Amino acid sequence: MSEELRDDLVDGVQSGDARSIAEAMAVVDDLRPEAFSRRQHLAAELATVTPEHHSIIGLTGPPGAGKSTLAGALIRAWVDGGSGVGMVAVDPTSQRSGGALLGDRARLRFGPKEPVFMRSLATRHRLGGLAPATHELASVLRAAYPRTLVETVGVGQSEVAVEHVCDSVVLVIQPGSGDALQFMKAGILEIPDLFVVHKADLGAPATRTRNDLESILALGPGPGADPDWTTPVLSVSAQTGDGLAELVEALDEHGRYLLESGQGKRRRSRSRIARVLDSFQSTYGSHGLNLLGGREAAVALAREVEGTDLDVFAHLADRSGLASAGREV
Amino acid sequence: MADRPWIMRTYSGHSTARESNALYREGLARGQTGLSIAFDLPTQCGYDSDHPLARGEVGKVGVPIDSIDDMELLLDGIPLGETNTSMTINAPAAWLLALYVAVAERQGVDRASLRGTTQNDVVKEYLSRGTWIFPPEASLRLTTDIIEFTVAEIPKWNPINICSYHLQEAGATPVQEVAYTLATAISVLDAIKVPADVLPRVVGRIAFFCNSGIRFIEEMCKMRVFDRLWDRITRERYGVEDPKLRRFRYGVQVNSLGLTAEQPENNIPRIVLESLGVLLSRDARARALQLPAWNEALGLPEAWDQQWSLRIQQILAHETDLLEYPDLFEGSVVIEQKVRELEEAAWAEIERIDREGGAIPAVREGSMKRAMVESNRTRLRAIEQGEKVVVGVNRYEDSEASPLVAHGKVVTPTEASELEQVDSLESRRKARDQTAVDGALGALRDALEAGTNVMPASIRCAHAGVTTGEWTDALRESLGEYRPPTGLDVARPAGSSEPRAEQLRRRVDEISHDLGRRLKLLVGKPGLDGHSNGAELLALAARDAGLEVVYAGIRQTPDELIAAAIQEGVHLVGLSVLSGSHMALVPRVVDAVDVPVVVGGIIPEADATELRDHGVAAVYTPRDHDLSRIVGEMIEIAAKGRVRV
Repeated sequence: MSEELRDDLVDGVQSGDARSIAEAMAVVDDLRPEAFSRRQHLAAELATVTPEHHSIIGLTGPPGAGKSTLAGALIRAWVDGGSGVGMVAVDPTSQRSGGALLGDRARLRFGPKEPVFMRSLATRHRLGGLAPATHELASVLRAAYPRTLVETVGVGQSEVAVEHVCDSVVLVIQPGSGDALQFMKAGILEIPDLFVVHKADLGAPATRTRNDLESILALGPGPGADPDWTTPVLSVSAQTGDGLAELVEALDEHGRYLLESGQGKRRRSRSRIARVLDSFQSTYGSHGLNLLGGREAAVALAREVEGTDLDVFAHLADRSGLASAGREV
Repeated sequence: MADRPWIMRTYSGHSTARESNALYREGLARGQTGLSIAFDLPTQCGYDSDHPLARGEVGKVGVPIDSIDDMELLLDGIPLGETNTSMTINAPAAWLLALYVAVAERQGVDRASLRGTTQNDVVKEYLSRGTWIFPPEASLRLTTDIIEFTVAEIPKWNPINICSYHLQEAGATPVQEVAYTLATAISVLDAIKVPADVLPRVVGRIAFFCNSGIRFIEEMCKMRVFDRLWDRITRERYGVEDPKLRRFRYGVQVNSLGLTAEQPENNIPRIVLESLGVLLSRDARARALQLPAWNEALGLPEAWDQQWSLRIQQILAHETDLLEYPDLFEGSVVIEQKVRELEEAAWAEIERIDREGGAIPAVREGSMKRAMVESNRTRLRAIEQGEKVVVGVNRYEDSEASPLVAHGKVVTPTEASELEQVDSLESRRKARDQTAVDGALGALRDALEAGTNVMPASIRCAHAGVTTGEWTDALRESLGEYRPPTGLDVARPAGSSEPRAEQLRRRVDEISHDLGRRLKLLVGKPGLDGHSNGAELLALAARDAGLEVVYAGIRQTPDELIAAAIQEGVHLVGLSVLSGSHMALVPRVVDAVDVPVVVGGIIPEADATELRDHGVAAVYTPRDHDLSRIVGEMIEIAAKGRVRV
């Protein structure tokens, strides 16, 4: 793509300038094949300037668990603590029309002068509860702010997808819903780094749900879990503010752990490969994967490249002989 | 014996307290028999005139009341002991009543002799009208505070007017209107805490504010259903023995939703027929009536337009023989059958809401809102497809040029009156006794904390010169604020696949493909007007056409909408303003965003031209009822991008 990026665009993003962030987002969310190299270029530049401790935090959980309310309370706490926050809120795309209603903005309100940048996204027919460009958009925000929140649609499979986009995953559970048991059955209790039993103001049902969850977790970490991190279970009420400070602290704690143990770096690299393979397959189908010699060979190839998703993607596309690298809109 | 005429009101209030006062005095001199006060939106939402959200809204849809000084000016020279006053006020109703009582006291009028009503129905604000502030449970407490206070202290006051009016304006069917209104009344009465022997008197003070649409036979039957079900509820549920206390007492404003901007002179016969719906049947006749102006879809009506509406009432009452007969429909088999049909359906719905826990949980869950959104979509689709005839709109559209419209000018309040109000508020704040203010607000906080009646402390605040914003802030702190589910939160996906929507979707796919991502639209309502149905319907239609739609909701400052447009990376911004504040709010957004902006609202042609000159890509008014066409145009505007003027 011949169109040059604005010289001070990356600086603008880093300084939290809303118009620059929006402009960078427009570049990375442009899925036309001819825009690929521009996206690749900007993503790489942003990646170089993004401090390692800046993190993406996923908020997931079933509908009705109060994710939006909790997101609002978390953002408020961070902003009041003097830090800027990015947010990506994902809503489902209508299967029939391809359109979507993105309603979080009417629920979460921050003053126009506050350091909060919120982008609503639709799933765009992607399974897994996240939109195709979620990671690219969240990465722009991560370059600008210490914390970026990703709120998922909250359908069953989103937990897996969100793990590949976020550094920390918070699973929000509604008291008395039997959610904990469902999650265990679905094998997604290994994914979250933190559990929040929300609406703690409900009293007894919240305590019971918390106890259930703790006894399930006491059975030991699942096969996919990080053995060195003990997943905390927190009771929070966004309504009363109870437990919110503890959640903020627990997230900081997880951030420190990722940084100090080196797990954060390993995890980002694993997630990147998972994302790229996913997007490669949704672009070129299993035919594309076969050209690379199958999934395992593709993973090995992906490991050869350091850099952003798009760098890895370009490498795979190159090796498969499928040159043009567009994706679905 | 002939029936007495009903109370004839004209709903009004403009720009400043002083000008409104002049308007009231003119009306009273012209034979109007009661006052009906319209407050501006900042007052209705509990903001002072100098709050950022009040910008452009001060004095727009009614009179601004910042403190007792405004209330005194508003009622200057009007003997409150002899006047029947209706105040259209809801979330801060306790405050405006306190101001009214305080002014009466300054006039030397005993509060026990005051007559009138406060609307004081917040449920319909959540469902339709949009001037809610506090959470539903807290609102209910304020409502019952007013009722309990007036029953003891102002016995002739009607402390609440439970509204079916706004439900019909939001598209509710007659059955929904009856059921939701009575469910609201039940939730209020259930919450009242008075001794058992006082309860019948409380029931006797409950009044209703209803609507009457163009299907006037059905509307008349609907009023009979209200009457019967209310009798049943008050007898069975509240054990009221005295039939007089069980009467369904109601005032009416006839339907505005069906008034058209096309051939607006046709609205006069519409208004007359709608009036008949609530006047014909003596057994279910309105106690008070106010009529919209023939041209209100075009802009704010003037004194002459309002006079015409008053004359309609006077002709009906004094020239016709309407009042000379007992009930005309007693014994009519046809009417009885229709009444029974509506009655059964409404009762089933009331029982359903009761099982859900009553109107308050139903507000939180959104079930009533959802049903109304569906009804309104059905209604609009029927008009769009010509199944429902609207003369001058989808049938008999050709018209001679109307001499009325040509001669009419549209009144818009000036920016100057807003500045004047803000200035005077500033000097009043400086001039008052701050110790008295602090003491009164302290007493108000104590009452809120202790859960005692807020009225006495509010009257003290009124006398001390506390402002509307200060009073409301004290309540916000103690009771919290609330955002009810929007029509979009509760809407079901669109039903049938229409060929036009299919066509729009293909076009959206095409444009999205060229753009590299899906076409995205921001819909928001700057200012304080809470009539969100238009914006929500447009958002739904755009979604069904395949757009990604960010709905920012109501009560947005221009700065918030600008931030939203930038952060969301939308291709197009759609603003809806129905309060008449478009000139103060829209240009600021247009100047600050890089994408095209379209505007919908009650926008006079002169303003529309000015807005287009300022760079607005399209202006839509009530004349544009074809949603698919609007969405189609918006898609093309978005595809083209911002064209600099």
